[in-house]
Amino acid sequence: MSLMTEITIFVLAVFVGFEVISKVPTTLHTPLMSQTNAIHGIVMLGGLIVLGYADDGLEYVIGTIAVAFGAINIVGGFMVTDRMLGMFAKKPKPKPSSDGKGGS
Amino acid sequence: MVRAVLEPGGDAATALYIVAFSLFIIGIKQGTHPTTAKRGNLIAAGGMAIAVVTTLLLDGMGNWGLIFLGLGIGTAVGVIASIRVQMTEMPQMVALYNGVGGGAVALIAWSEIRHGISLGEDFPLDELIPVIFAGVVGSVSFWGSNIAFAKLQDLIPTRPIAAPGQQVMNAVLLIAIVAICVILAVDHESPSQGLFILLLVLAAILGNLVVLPIGGADMPVVISLLNAFTGLSAAAAGFALDNVALIVAGTLVGSSGTILTLEMATAMNRSVSNILFSGFGGAPAGGGAGGGEERPHVSIGAQDAAIKLAYADSVVIVPGYGLAVAQAQHAIKEVADELQKRGVTVNYAIHPVAGRMPGHMNVLLAEADVPYEQLKEMEEINPELPRTDVAVVVGANDVTNPAAKNDPDSPIAGMPIIEVDEAQQVIVIKRSLSPGFAGIDNDLFYEPNTSMLFADAKQAAADIAAEIQNL
Repeated sequence: MSLMTEITIFVLAVFVGFEVISKVPTTLHTPLMSQTNAIHGIVMLGGLIVLGYADDGLEYVIGTIAVAFGAINIVGGFMVTDRMLGMFAKKPKPKPSSDGKGGS
Repeated sequence: MVRAVLEPGGDAATALYIVAFSLFIIGIKQGTHPTTAKRGNLIAAGGMAIAVVTTLLLDGMGNWGLIFLGLGIGTAVGVIASIRVQMTEMPQMVALYNGVGGGAVALIAWSEIRHGISLGEDFPLDELIPVIFAGVVGSVSFWGSNIAFAKLQDLIPTRPIAAPGQQVMNAVLLIAIVAICVILAVDHESPSQGLFILLLVLAAILGNLVVLPIGGADMPVVISLLNAFTGLSAAAAGFALDNVALIVAGTLVGSSGTILTLEMATAMNRSVSNILFSGFGGAPAGGGAGGGEERPHVSIGAQDAAIKLAYADSVVIVPGYGLAVAQAQHAIKEVADELQKRGVTVNYAIHPVAGRMPGHMNVLLAEADVPYEQLKEMEEINPELPRTDVAVVVGANDVTNPAAKNDPDSPIAGMPIIEVDEAQQVIVIKRSLSPGFAGIDNDLFYEPNTSMLFADAKQAAADIAAEIQNL
């Protein structure tokens, strides 16, 4: 890919990012931040490529840590977001003995 | 081993990456609506799975043992941490995940520099510059996020920590970093690895120094900003590695994170540069007028509070971080239910930065099945407050402090607040008179129409609900 092609992609992606999320209710700010946080876990691909083509000791170490960091970012990020958003899911039916009201 | 192999940068791999980042865009889009957000997150996760598998299938990849070791450790840590984390600790978790992402970028950049140098050829500038950028920003983000995590987890004091001459020190560091970047770029025929490592270390120190002095309600803005930074550094790594998925996904996060950061800063009537470079000066920290001595206040019990509430026509509940800590959302919902049975109108006033993140209170109250229509945003509820009989402040502090509009010398002067002092009566449920996250005293507690109910929020709410039933 030529540098100019990459810069074109970059600039378009900036605008897509602005357009796609410019109208978010406050309610969803935290989950959305968490989801975008998980998406930048994409850096793990960089770690995989570095490690996959590594051929000296220090690169093995750096690459393995980078992959582990990236995996934490991805797996943890999406799972935590899912948990947060689970709070917004419509409960199927009010349970007969609603254990949610734990005020006692 | 039979394995489909994709040519790096070839059509098949690129096509799969395009599918992946399209799913990210759809996922983020759906994340902006309550009904589709959960599905959106799953779609984005699906895109990530495609991107990861595609990369694993690239031709010439090796070191499978180490790859699966890294994947295994990271996945295990991620799964365990996200299952164990409490809802109240979500902000720290986002900070931590953001940090490791930044750390990964910095490590990749270091590895790329080593690799480039070992080839012994001229390092092309269009690779070297993104690598330097990724290293610096990734390192700042890693250390800054760790400090944010430590502050929110109370591992280090949450109050602003400032050393004398800190601004000067930051400026010197920044100049040194820029200078080293220039030296590395000018010397692109054989950039020095030692200088690059020095760059990572200086960026790490800068990340620590920039976040350490920031206290109080500003932390969410900082996490959001670091999130955007990590996105941009991932995009830079994409430039260096010629990887379109990294460029698009990283940039998306960079631009969306920037919007979120600006929205949060606007909600607090502060500029991002103001937050980053001044902190809450810490000057009037110990208290406003009263200094060390105790100022007069009215203290009441659960029964009095129940009576005030039960005979009101309209009640506004103002939740804050204390509600989250005490896990009081269900108990508060019970109080609201009891009041509504008696015909009292109940609404919840949500300050944009109540809790530790925007939306923090909404998440907790949604968990307790509070109807969405009862959650009112600050602009909507403030005009209602003079007509409100009782405002109940549950574990909120700085976001109700009238000093923000009355005292131009207050560190939070100008921050929009929920104007509970306008209500006919105010009940503040709080464990003590101690100052909030911003470390400043709250004049509201000493207003003549304010009653303090000193108790754990959950216990107090349960007691009040029981007392209302008895009336």
